[in-house]
Amino acid sequence: MHRALRVAGVAGVLLAIYALQFGIENGLNDYVQRIVLLAGINIILAVGLNLINGTTGQFSIGHAGFMAVGAYGAAYVGVKLAGPVHASLGPGALANAVIFNLALLAGALFAGISGLIVGMPSLRLRGDYLAVVTLGFGEIIRILFNNATFLGSATGYFGDDPSGLPAYTNFFWVYAWVCAIVVLIHNLTFSQTGRSLIAIREDEIAAEAMATPTTRLKVTAFAISAATAGIAGGLFAHMQAGVRPEDFRFEKSIDMIVMIIVGGLGSISGAIFGGIFLAVSLELMRDLQQYRLVLYALLLIVIMIVRPQGLLGTRELHHLFRRRAKPTPPAEGA
Amino acid sequence: MTQFLQQIINGLSLGSIYALIALGYTMVYGILKLINFAHGEVFMVGAYTGLHAASALGIDAYEASGRSFPLYLALLVLVVAMAAAATLGMLIEFLAYRPVRTAPRLTPLITAIGVSLFLQNAGMLVFSPNPQRYPAILREVRFELFGVIVTNIKLTIFGVALALMLSLHLLVQKTWTGRAMRALSFNIDAAKLMGIDTNRVIRSTFAIGSALAAAGGILFGLDQITITPLMGVLTGLKAFVAAVLGGIGSIPGAVVGGLLIGLAEQLTAGYLSPAYRDAITFVILIGILLLKPEGLLGVVRVEKV
Amino acid sequence: MRIPRRTLISGLGSAAMALAVGCKKKPAGGTSSSDSSATATEIVIGHYASMTGSTAHFGQDTDRGVRLAMDEANAKGGVLGKKLRVVTLDTRGDSAEAASAVNRLIDVEKVTALLGEVASSLSLAGGRVAQRRKIPMISPTSTNPKVTEVGDYIFRVCFIDPFQGKVMATFARQNLKLDQVAILKDVKNDYSIGLADAFRKSFTALGGTIVVEQSYSQGDTDFSAQVTAIRGSAAKAIFVPGYYSEVGSIARTAARLGLKIPLLGGDGWDSPDLFKIGGDAIDGSYFSDHFAPDLATEQAKQFVAKFTAKYGVPPSGLGALGYEAAEVLVDAIRRAGKDEPTAIRDAIAQTKDFEGVTGKITMDAQRNPQKSAVVLKVEGGKAKFETSIAP
Repeated sequence: MHRALRVAGVAGVLLAIYALQFGIENGLNDYVQRIVLLAGINIILAVGLNLINGTTGQFSIGHAGFMAVGAYGAAYVGVKLAGPVHASLGPGALANAVIFNLALLAGALFAGISGLIVGMPSLRLRGDYLAVVTLGFGEIIRILFNNATFLGSATGYFGDDPSGLPAYTNFFWVYAWVCAIVVLIHNLTFSQTGRSLIAIREDEIAAEAMATPTTRLKVTAFAISAATAGIAGGLFAHMQAGVRPEDFRFEKSIDMIVMIIVGGLGSISGAIFGGIFLAVSLELMRDLQQYRLVLYALLLIVIMIVRPQGLLGTRELHHLFRRRAKPTPPAEGA
Repeated sequence: MTQFLQQIINGLSLGSIYALIALGYTMVYGILKLINFAHGEVFMVGAYTGLHAASALGIDAYEASGRSFPLYLALLVLVVAMAAAATLGMLIEFLAYRPVRTAPRLTPLITAIGVSLFLQNAGMLVFSPNPQRYPAILREVRFELFGVIVTNIKLTIFGVALALMLSLHLLVQKTWTGRAMRALSFNIDAAKLMGIDTNRVIRSTFAIGSALAAAGGILFGLDQITITPLMGVLTGLKAFVAAVLGGIGSIPGAVVGGLLIGLAEQLTAGYLSPAYRDAITFVILIGILLLKPEGLLGVVRVEKV
Repeated sequence: MRIPRRTLISGLGSAAMALAVGCKKKPAGGTSSSDSSATATEIVIGHYASMTGSTAHFGQDTDRGVRLAMDEANAKGGVLGKKLRVVTLDTRGDSAEAASAVNRLIDVEKVTALLGEVASSLSLAGGRVAQRRKIPMISPTSTNPKVTEVGDYIFRVCFIDPFQGKVMATFARQNLKLDQVAILKDVKNDYSIGLADAFRKSFTALGGTIVVEQSYSQGDTDFSAQVTAIRGSAAKAIFVPGYYSEVGSIARTAARLGLKIPLLGGDGWDSPDLFKIGGDAIDGSYFSDHFAPDLATEQAKQFVAKFTAKYGVPPSGLGALGYEAAEVLVDAIRRAGKDEPTAIRDAIAQTKDFEGVTGKITMDAQRNPQKSAVVLKVEGGKAKFETSIAP
């Protein structure tokens, strides 16, 4: 009974997104559509990063590297799979759907593996040192892509067609994946494992004393977080003409951090808000041209001084609606 | 062989500049346990201040007529730039870092990143994003030794860096301020209890570090010919890695780290590929943090529960 | 007491930001307002260019040329009875910005045709968007062949790099009688990589040898490692197909390291900053370009006079090409008979023997024109016409 309800629920959500897609594609112009898609990709990035930075308290500032791995991985696999899949399934939407999702999963896999590779040695470090090491890895990944000739080096990877990668990304796929990932992370965070992650954030030594396998959990969370960044990367790649190392500089990692801080480090609903906020505000400020980034940086500083816990702190949106006695506020910040 | 020696000379001069910047990072981290991401931008501002000070003192006229810029004016430019950077450093400390000094470690880290981004972009607005040619505050004279080209600028870099580092060493070891700085780096609360005005010492630390970075900036401009508002980003990061390599909190460590990073970078660019010159710094960072996180000359700190 | 103050600061902060966003109506840097009026009275053309950033000179000069042409056309009564309006958006020298700028021009400004970009990597990014949206685009100066391969809506009015590489290779072999050359290319730049490949192919085909090949990335300031390596080789010249800021630094580095061989380059050198940064180190070097200000044709002389009169500075090759691209576009709109993208595209494709300021333009099947190149020599802080090489 439960299972049938769950399946019906999933089908219902997917149908709703599909219906919304028609409205969006016909009602809004390309420019606004692009912002909506970017907001969705941001949500995936934010919610994924929040798992490791917010919930587990391990500060990574090089996540753009994993997004890059996912982007390149998905682009490459997508291009290579296109031939065989189209041969067996024909040129229609079904074939495209299969190629796209397989490509995204491949990108996520590559990103997750790189998350493991980076996480295993790094997560032995604490605080500032961990942050700087992740920054270093992020840059190394970018430099590697910058020099990978089979992936186009600095120019970027555009697939085999001179007009670029196939534009698989659309509203339906982005938001279907948004829902999937938000549900996944939500279930993880509010499970026993999630509680252990929060324990690691609050006091790692105490958690270890309580027999929590801290290293294993930290690395797993890191890898999952990297994999979600990979999905976001794959979605991003297929809405551009191609993938370039320049898109994944340190500034991108900072963007991701701003998203989760604005919403509240440790809060999933906060991350969702932060993702949307960033996409929208950057576009609104675009007219300010060269003043845009100056204001953006100022915003970051002001937030950290005035309200470092962001909008929701570590609480969730649904906590605000609880009628019962307020839960004791957990320690703010990491 | 001459190519190797040439790369070594280039590496050491680059490394001296990194060392000057790394000193600022290491001193601030030693006391506040804060990675001052904005330090690279202070370096940049120092370079640009030098450029504009030189212009204001009429360097264009000297260059056009082929005369060299007088030494006393060059020193004036240096002093002005160092003073400007020191002021900027103290301002950043007061406005951005002091309010979050007691917050959990993450908050100041992100604030520092914010200040860094702000200064980069403000720099592009104020100083124009195009690369600008650095004025010949010191006229370049080349000489050849065993097939290796050395310029007076490289020698000046070594000289100035050495002089400043020695002065810093004397300051830290022999003066009251220096002793106070060392006390704060051991235990900031105990120092406060001992009656030391921690705010003043912290301000001085920022001022000194920033002044050194400005000197590095002018030397960088003279050596690299062009400067841009984003020059501090990568250079600052590499200097930070140098500080970590040498042992963060250790002044001799910053010097050793700077020289090593400079050499590693130049040798990688020359013998492996210029594309990897930046990557090698990060590889070294990861290596040292995994193998010997306290750095080459650092001291292991035990975390008490 | 702290909480009220914080709320106050956040309140003020948000108000300031809202004000800043609200004030966005004020144009920054000579762009048009976002309030685009109906297409009934005017034809809107989009120009995306690097108006800021390290290649700002490229974009700014091209824009001056474009606007000169548009103003002239408007002075003659416009096209199809309507006035022309150019909206320029800054790409800041970044490919992602180029793609966004083209998106904005198409969706927000509702342009019917595009001009841009100077840099091949940016033209590729913008061109893909233009092709997908079926808006015709003419690049004034992108020389990488891939740019027009993106699709049939993308055109250019300049020569392409396989030809430009051949020009410098021919010049090096036949005029300078060189047989051993080094290449120092910018690996972050499609244009530089393409031009280096073209040069290498032509030079070796003419019997020369490339003794060493080094690389750098756009934005680098330290070239001592690469130049030291070249110094240790038998190279008698260095081919540096990059942009002016790095080329200037490279020249100085070479002079500093005692390397007294000439540098050779392409149209990416074309900017006054080349001389500012390079100083006397760049004297005695040569580069290929589309246009020489001291060129003798009557049309060129008139153009230079008009440009200098309006802007106070003489045009570079890019200013000339910006002007030419705009002229070709205006002519095409006239021939198309209507302000409609596909019709304009077809008219551009049929451009035949159009008398442009830098030469005659006939669009070939690949949407590229067949034109000559000039080789300029750098002497005393100026570029002087040395010779002209035809296809």
